[in-house]
Amino acid sequence: MTQELLTPQGLGGLVFLAIGAATVIGALIAVNAKSLIRAVTGLCLSLIGVAGLYYFLNSPFLALMEILIYVGAVGVAIAFAVMLAEPEQGDKPGRAIGLGPFFGFIGGGMLVWGLVVVGLKTKWPAAAVKINTGSMLAVGKALLGSYSMVFELISVVLLMAIIGALALGRRGRD
Amino acid sequence: MDILNLSSHLNTYLVVGAFLFGAGFYGLINRPTLIGMLISIELVMSGASLNFMAFNHFLAPDPVMGQIFALFIMGIAAAEAAIALSIIMAVYRNYKSIAAEDLNDLKG
Repeated sequence: MTQELLTPQGLGGLVFLAIGAATVIGALIAVNAKSLIRAVTGLCLSLIGVAGLYYFLNSPFLALMEILIYVGAVGVAIAFAVMLAEPEQGDKPGRAIGLGPFFGFIGGGMLVWGLVVVGLKTKWPAAAVKINTGSMLAVGKALLGSYSMVFELISVVLLMAIIGALALGRRGRD
Repeated sequence: MDILNLSSHLNTYLVVGAFLFGAGFYGLINRPTLIGMLISIELVMSGASLNFMAFNHFLAPDPVMGQIFALFIMGIAAAEAAIALSIIMAVYRNYKSIAAEDLNDLKG
């Protein structure tokens, strides 16, 4: 084991284990932390882990985009919203907990169990031949070639989102 | 299956993606505030996106397709987060609270 650990593959395996642990632990922090700002931090940790998984999936471009968009933009926006909206720390004293967490746990556990069983039991047939390498060059060419219509549409969607966010933020202000 | 060789198996990514999805679902039901629910939705989306990337790398004949799909999921998620956060801000301005159970004006 120690012999194998010192090879590049072994060290890569260790890094992969650390990244997977960061993903899982970050997700647990994000859904279980009492204060919301800690949940945002857990979300950022989990998304950095997902970016590392993308790197192992042979797509460094997507890994960088994940960090830039999710951790950089979305995480910071949520952190600002937490600072502006100032929710109460934890539960209010008079609030009844109810059966929500119980059913949530059961439902989430059943979802995970079902998805894992389906994923592990199915025989996934690999493609016989790959028509390109999936490099960043190929992604760029496909983005402006076969997928150019979707590219334009999503820019319209983002423009509408910006305008909608501005309009919603302005309402109620004199 | 060697533990140091986990990164070259499709099943590892499927399990992590399913876990992210389930954790997001649990948080979506469990969280009392709107921002907490938004955080959980981001987890669900990254779980789905991770599944796309895993199938893309291991199975797809065209390894570009899944990457582009994941990019578009990121774009949609960014738009959704921007809209949701401004709605949350508007709600907070009216109700002085972002707890989901305080928003009961339409309750019969």
